[in-house]
Amino acid sequence: MNIHEYQGKELFKKYGVTVPRGKVADTADEAEEIAKEMGGAVVVKAQIHAGGRGKGGGVKLAKDPAEARKAASEILGMTLVTHQTGPGGRVVKKVLIEEASDIANELYLSIVLDRSSGRPTIMASTEGGMDIEEVAAKTPEKLIKIQIDPALGIWPSTARRVVYGLGLEGEQAAEGAKFVSNLYKFYDEMDCSLVEINPLVQTADGRMFALDAKVNFDDNALYRHKDVAEMRDIGEEDPLEVEASKYNLNYIKLDGEVACMVNGAGLAMATMDIIMLAGSSPANFLDVGGGANKDMVENAFRILMDDDDVKAVFINIFGGILRCDVLAEGVVEAVKTVNVNVPIVIRMEGTNVEKGRDILENSGLDFTVGNGMADSAEKVVAALKR
Amino acid sequence: MTILINKETRVLVQGITGREGGFHAGQCQQYSEEFAGGGGAIVAGVTPGKGGQTANGVPVFNSVAEAARETGANASLIFVPPPFAADAIVESIDESVQIVVCVTEGIPVRDMVNVHRHRQGKDNVLIGPNCPGVISPGECKMGIMPGHIHKKGSIGVISKSGTLTYEVVAQLTEQGLGQSSCIGIGGDPIIGTMYIDLLRRFEEDPETEAIIVIGEIGGTAEQDTARWAKDNVKKPMVGFIAGQTAPPGRRMGHAGAIISGGEGTAAEKMRVMEECGILVSKSPADMGTTMVEALKRG
Repeated sequence: MNIHEYQGKELFKKYGVTVPRGKVADTADEAEEIAKEMGGAVVVKAQIHAGGRGKGGGVKLAKDPAEARKAASEILGMTLVTHQTGPGGRVVKKVLIEEASDIANELYLSIVLDRSSGRPTIMASTEGGMDIEEVAAKTPEKLIKIQIDPALGIWPSTARRVVYGLGLEGEQAAEGAKFVSNLYKFYDEMDCSLVEINPLVQTADGRMFALDAKVNFDDNALYRHKDVAEMRDIGEEDPLEVEASKYNLNYIKLDGEVACMVNGAGLAMATMDIIMLAGSSPANFLDVGGGANKDMVENAFRILMDDDDVKAVFINIFGGILRCDVLAEGVVEAVKTVNVNVPIVIRMEGTNVEKGRDILENSGLDFTVGNGMADSAEKVVAALKR
Repeated sequence: MTILINKETRVLVQGITGREGGFHAGQCQQYSEEFAGGGGAIVAGVTPGKGGQTANGVPVFNSVAEAARETGANASLIFVPPPFAADAIVESIDESVQIVVCVTEGIPVRDMVNVHRHRQGKDNVLIGPNCPGVISPGECKMGIMPGHIHKKGSIGVISKSGTLTYEVVAQLTEQGLGQSSCIGIGGDPIIGTMYIDLLRRFEEDPETEAIIVIGEIGGTAEQDTARWAKDNVKKPMVGFIAGQTAPPGRRMGHAGAIISGGEGTAAEKMRVMEECGILVSKSPADMGTTMVEALKRG
């Protein structure tokens, strides 16, 4: 799960990860008030779940409250398009008003899981504010990577390796080490999947701030962090994906015309592949999961039918934990309540397949049975052309 | 022969009193009776606090230690819910259960980071989590896969995905190619056993003639495996990568991509596999026939 920058910074503060003074505003009036409180110059930053906001015109410097008001009124309500939002962009609903920092130096700091070693890894670089993928590709020697032993957690010497690697000295090194340690504790205790600060800044008067905060959480661990779960902003997500997540369905909207309902992520991807190989394109990725019940299947089917781009449905189920009879009951129930006006091809194999086929055949539902993946995909594409 | 499990395997089920645990313990039991002459059977269940009960015709114990001592169980199949699953894995690891298979989906990553650390230096095998399990057809079924689609034989199957594993097995069986053992390694960020360890076992298994590896987009595990196989596996190999048409931008953030050293597209993975002498099936419908072709080439 993603959160906004201002939310990330509020959480940082609880862990002693220093951030600039700032407050979030919903209106230009509020922005002006906050700027008055801050005194001096402020930065007005659009709050959306995507990077590249500055280049898109979503970050503005304001010398005084009147300018802050003007900047906020320009940014609030704008559709911000960045390289991470897609061409549709995102509508800005909140701005963060922060004191402008007198930046002396920009650094990069992040923590992420290294899958191959199974350990959290701290990455740091002197090249703050840059695209870190580019730094890694062009100047890998400028990227420090340090794995953390989860049994030990972060020790002062580990944090020192990071800050000395960044060339910090004296008081700055001591403060930096504390910053790194606190950030690791945050990452670990809050079940983050990614924490990225780019840039991490040093001010002229020697303070250290997270100027940006990108925080992702492990969805599987949200049950341990109710406060974080409440920070979810569904306005940042696709409406059909939001609907799907209510029923624990793994759904991603795509651009094609064949809706797919599949159990298992691998088979779901393979199903998308074979639709493409057969000459059409998938309208979505939908993994109903291993433990799907009748209710979930019914809702999944309804969500597929809510997508206006869908011209045919391909249900591909290989029953394991999900039994074919359960799937069949869900589809039959869904068809009773949802108006279906597109062809449906169903391919079912595996656990309780006979029962599942009986239920479908006795339902009076109009559908085509596919034999194997290639045959089914061809039948879907043939149905599209009719 | 098979790898990991066979007729001698005695399975205990952690979480046997739950809905899924109960259902699938029953299915495994049925497989043992129908296809394995009673071998590779479920011999015990474990649910803390429910010791003394009976479930699916086997005794339930409070602990793995007690279950192993009383029944001689040497493998554990885990269906414990996500918040408690890592603890269940650790319990089996600590009791030196040889083969631990965790089906549970949705375990917090931090819990698995700790499990992974705890396993260092220990020699029991963990398969999963978030996997369909392991089956050695005609010998032992330890997982949620539909048993009847399998056929005893000489193809080794390793796959990241659950249901895609069933798909490849069904295609192999349709081509008359039986399987020695099939392992779904799981799709989570941290899993107990990766491809290479299993490839080594299949290469050493005299009855496995050829191996099929099914991967997915993301990361570098498939490429690393292919490069390792080039030098270490002499048996014919087939590969498939799911997600050739998956749109970009739906993966982990920047930092994750850097760490794993590349984007891990299907095209890149298939190219490396081919370079390393693995016959790649382009379509998910051709995995079985590609294996027939690989066997012909030898």
